[in-house]
Amino acid sequence: MIYQDSKTILEVRGLRANVNGVEILKGLDLTVKSGEIHAIMGPNGSGKSTFSKVLAGHSAYEVTGGTVLFEGKNLFELAPEERARAGVFLAFQYPIEIPGVANSQFLRLTYNTVQAERGKDELDPLEFDDYVREKMKLLEMNPDFLDRSVNEGFSGGEKKRNEILQMAMLEPKLAILDETDSGLDIDALRIVSNGVNHLANKDNAMVLVTHYQRLLNYIVPDYVHVMEAGRIIKTGGKELALELETRGYDWVSAESKAARLAA
Amino acid sequence: MSAPATTTAGYLESLLAGQPQLPASPLAWLNTLRAEAVDRVGALTVPTVRDEEWRFTDISPLTKLSFQPVSAPTSLQAADIERFYIEEATTRLVFVDGVYAPQLSSVAADAGVVVTNLAAAATDLAAIAPHLGQHAAFHDDVFAALNTAFLHDAAVLVVPRNVAVSAPVHLLFIATQKEAASYPRCLLLAESGCAVTVIEDYVALQEEAYFTNAVTEIALADNARVNHIRVQREGAQAFHIANCAVSLARASHFHSVSVALGARISRYNLNTLQTAEGTECIVDGLALIANNQLADTHTCIDHAQPHGVSRQQHKCIAGGNAHAVFNGKIMVRPGAQRTDSSQSSHNLLLSGRAHVDTKPQLEIFADDVKCTHGATVGQLDSEEVFYLRSRGLSEIVARNMLTYAFGAEIIERIPVASLKRQLGQTVLEQTSSQT
Repeated sequence: MIYQDSKTILEVRGLRANVNGVEILKGLDLTVKSGEIHAIMGPNGSGKSTFSKVLAGHSAYEVTGGTVLFEGKNLFELAPEERARAGVFLAFQYPIEIPGVANSQFLRLTYNTVQAERGKDELDPLEFDDYVREKMKLLEMNPDFLDRSVNEGFSGGEKKRNEILQMAMLEPKLAILDETDSGLDIDALRIVSNGVNHLANKDNAMVLVTHYQRLLNYIVPDYVHVMEAGRIIKTGGKELALELETRGYDWVSAESKAARLAA
Repeated sequence: MSAPATTTAGYLESLLAGQPQLPASPLAWLNTLRAEAVDRVGALTVPTVRDEEWRFTDISPLTKLSFQPVSAPTSLQAADIERFYIEEATTRLVFVDGVYAPQLSSVAADAGVVVTNLAAAATDLAAIAPHLGQHAAFHDDVFAALNTAFLHDAAVLVVPRNVAVSAPVHLLFIATQKEAASYPRCLLLAESGCAVTVIEDYVALQEEAYFTNAVTEIALADNARVNHIRVQREGAQAFHIANCAVSLARASHFHSVSVALGARISRYNLNTLQTAEGTECIVDGLALIANNQLADTHTCIDHAQPHGVSRQQHKCIAGGNAHAVFNGKIMVRPGAQRTDSSQSSHNLLLSGRAHVDTKPQLEIFADDVKCTHGATVGQLDSEEVFYLRSRGLSEIVARNMLTYAFGAEIIERIPVASLKRQLGQTVLEQTSSQT
């Protein structure tokens, strides 16, 4: 939702980044304000996932130029864990499995670590159990998930729900959902989307990175951006996603080329 | 410097110096067994890295120290050792520096099992004689021979036919004196159709050098089920060398979890022999070491009969300058058709100076078998570390958690909840201090 008195949460200017010495992001600009939901779409290889990893601070992605301000502060001065504590959350496209660590143990440790850093109260195991079970209802998750190893043997949909559960617990200001819809059947997509919608409010912002318009039927974006070759080449409202669905990406690409030639 | 051969020959003599002081046993066969073992010690030499079976494990630091067994009874009180107790284990035999400590031991009245020490054994010696010294061959192994030469005070467990022992039996070996040699010995006879869980546990109350040379023999009769949990948490300067020999009769089931945490140099040889069809043998192991520790596990799973199943998973976590060794031999003898065997060896290096030698060794002489194996050596996965950091955990906490998880997979196999919890905590603490 676009609000009048919103604050700028994320400001990206001229962002450039390399992976293994190859430039993937080539001058990306994006402004995200509180309350807003942005969708970043684009063909494979356009740099969408690289952008999310750069925001979360993955060390394999080397920032070579530009600036990213998170709530007015230089994001690149923060280690990945500091970003998480400050309120940046990345829902992974491929959540990692950690055999041997119970999900409940992992969730409580991350929750309490972030709470402590934010100067809030930590929860003991019993209190946490109540808290997390309440959050799990939102995602229609079976409490059995608490006793299983983190993501181990989870289906694609279960892993994504576990990601959104973590988001619900950590209450980020900026949530980046990297292809959260990939590999989800229609029920799982509905559940995950309901969860995300429930968590969206006027103080936080969401960036949905997605390949398909399908997700946007469930989570309605305020802005849709098209990425190509490491840049955002077009920005529109939610109707742009529908247009992309029917017409593909080529026309946006052609339009952008023409505009550049004209300039 | 004198030639190594001379040194080690003198070394074995010095180790044997205390042997003649052992009281003669009233059992003639036991005296004979000891005498044979003394002869074998005289004929064998201490292995060096030139021996194939010892090429990664240099035990020369041990040969510079000559230790004698302790004979005096211990003055330890229950309060000194309570922290080693395992709450589920209502039957516990305690040996202090290799000497049986009856005042610290307790045998539950309803144990359903004959538990005793050999020196005091009054019952069923006829059952023991065909097994003691017969499974753990000492003919070619100088350490097994030394142990047998000093055989006096063994832990003996006989689980009667068709008895399922519900509570685990705890065999607790405590090292309290420096420069002591101890020769722990265990014999477990699992009669047909019985079920039992035995915990063989080595702990220390001091941190200086000593030498533990242990031998365990386990004989499973038809349909017997044995869980054998072995925890080696010796002192930091200890030398620990152990042999365990297991014999599996028809349709018996053996599950072993061995965890090596302590000792400066440790070597564990586990040999299982399938003597009849349809056995199942599950062998899990974890070595978690740091500093200058060396932990060597050699296993041999011998499928000598058809229709045997074996599952082996061995893991090593090495930090500091530590050196882990794993040699896993799977033998499938001619005629052992329909053998189904799998083995994996996964190793985690926490420092650039730590190293691991892992050697799967499959020797297959039957044609209708299924045998798989795999080995990996690596560091923590950077994607996993990033995932945890992206959730707000510091890099150190993230690494500790992943290291813990790597080891916990083996600890999880221990069917005794309190021990599992305790070792999980140890793994957590050990890995936290290393990364």
